[in-house]
Amino acid sequence: MNANYIFSLIAVIVLFLLAYLGTEAAGLHVLFGVVIPYTAGIIFVAGFIRKIMNWAYSPVPFSIPSTCGQQKSLPWITPAEIDNPFTKKGVIVRMALEVLFFRSLFRNFRFELKDGSKLSYIWEKWLWLAALAFHWAFLAVVIRHLRFFTEPVPFFVRAVEYLDSFFRVEVVNTVVQIGLPGIFISGIVLLAAVIYLFLRRVFIPQVNYISLASDYFPLFLIMGICISGILMRYFLKTDIVSVKAFTMGLVTFRPAIPQGVGSVFYVHLFFVSVLLAYFPFSKLMHLGGIFMSPTRNLTADTRARRHVNPWNYPVHVHTYQEYEDDFREKMIEAGLPVEKVQ
Amino acid sequence: MNKQMYDKKNVIAGIVIFAVLVSFPFWYNLGKAAPAPELVLTDAAKAAKECVMSKEEMKAGHMQLLDMWREKVVRESDRIYVSAKGKPYVMSLSNTCMDCHSNKAEFCDRCHNYSSVTPYCWDCHIDNPKAEVKNFKVSENSKEAK
Repeated sequence: MNANYIFSLIAVIVLFLLAYLGTEAAGLHVLFGVVIPYTAGIIFVAGFIRKIMNWAYSPVPFSIPSTCGQQKSLPWITPAEIDNPFTKKGVIVRMALEVLFFRSLFRNFRFELKDGSKLSYIWEKWLWLAALAFHWAFLAVVIRHLRFFTEPVPFFVRAVEYLDSFFRVEVVNTVVQIGLPGIFISGIVLLAAVIYLFLRRVFIPQVNYISLASDYFPLFLIMGICISGILMRYFLKTDIVSVKAFTMGLVTFRPAIPQGVGSVFYVHLFFVSVLLAYFPFSKLMHLGGIFMSPTRNLTADTRARRHVNPWNYPVHVHTYQEYEDDFREKMIEAGLPVEKVQ
Repeated sequence: MNKQMYDKKNVIAGIVIFAVLVSFPFWYNLGKAAPAPELVLTDAAKAAKECVMSKEEMKAGHMQLLDMWREKVVRESDRIYVSAKGKPYVMSLSNTCMDCHSNKAEFCDRCHNYSSVTPYCWDCHIDNPKAEVKNFKVSENSKEAK
C-alpha cells in the first residue's frame, strides 16, 4: 500500500461520487452540464497561456542544450546534426522527432549489475512504447470526439473515425454483444496504455520511489474518463443524438440540458472538466513545456556564439589598468613592479 | 530589473496556434444553426404506436438489437423476436423495421449523419427492398423464449 496512489484513487472516487450523486440524487444537471464545463474550459485556456507567458518571461541563464552526439567542431570531424543541432533546422528536426516519436524515451536503457560487478545495459523500450501508444491514442480519441462538437462533421474527423474502426471486432453470443457500435481501437489502446503506465509506477521499485500523488492522480483520472466513455459507448448505452444536441449547445453558447441522458455521461463530462481545470497546474503542462525546454530548443553552438546571461547585473568593473593608473606613483615608490612606467 | 519576454515571436506564434486549435469547435460552428435532427414517422409507424422496444431503448440500443437479430437469424435460423410485451416480430431489418420506417432518408440517415455514423447495414440492405421470407419456420429456441 502506498499513500500516494491511495490518495489519488480516493480523490478520483470522490469526484465520481460528486458527479454521480450530484446529478442522480441532487439533480444538479445545470451545474455539472453547463457551469463546470465552461469554467473548466476557461481555466484551461487562461491557465495554459499564463503558464506559457510565465516561462517566456523567465530568462535562460546558460546555453544548456542536451548534447547527444558529436558537436560541430573541426571540419574533418562529422557532427551529429540532429542529436547535437548546430543550426535552427537541426533544432526543429530534433524537436519534431521528440514531440512526435519520443526519441529520448527510445534511448532508455535498464542498468543491472550482473555477476556482482559486471554492469550491463538492458534493452528497455516498454515505457517508450506505452507512452507512444498512450499519446497517439489520446490524440485519436480527442479528434474523434470532435464529431460531437462540429456540424457538419469535418473530413479529418471522419477519416480518423474510419481508420480507428478499421479492425472489426465482433463477438456475439448470449452473454456479450460486441461489434455494434463499431469498436474504436484507440479507446482500448488508451485504457491499456494508461493501466500499463500506472502498473509501471507500482511495480518498478525505482519508479515507485519517485512517484507522487500528482503522478497517480492524472492516471486515475484518465482511467476514469476511458472507463466511463467505454461503458457509455458499448455497454450502458446513451442516446448520442441527445448528447450531441447538448454538446453543440455548449459550443454555440446555447446550452440546454438534454433529456434522458444518464448519469454516466455527467461523470464522464465531469472527469474531463476536472482534467482540463487541473491541466495548467500540473505535470500535464509538458504539452506546452516541451517547446519551452532549453535543453531541447537551444542550438548547440556554444563554442561558436556567446550566450549572454540575460540576468547579468550591470557590474561596474575596475580593471587592473585603472588600478595602476590610480596608484602608479605610490607603487613605484614602494618598489612594486608596474606594467606602464609613466 | 525590468521583466522582458524572451523569444517573443515564437512564443506568441505558439500561443496563437494553441488558441486557434482549442477554439476550433467554437469558430467552426460560428453562425451555423445546427439543431438536432427531427425524425419523420411514417403513417404506418404512427399507426403501429409502439416499436419492438421502448423509444428510449431503441434510441440508444437499436444497433445492438440488430446485431443480435442478425446473429440469431443467420447463425441460429431463429427468425422470431418476442418483445418485452410478448408480441412476436420477424427479425428482419428490411421487412420489419423498414416496413414501418420506410423513409430511410428522414428516419435512419438524419441521426446517423448528425452523429457521424456510417452503419454497414446498407451495404446489403439497400433502401427498403421487400424480400419474401422463404422456408419460414419457427425454431425451437424462439418458442422457448418468453
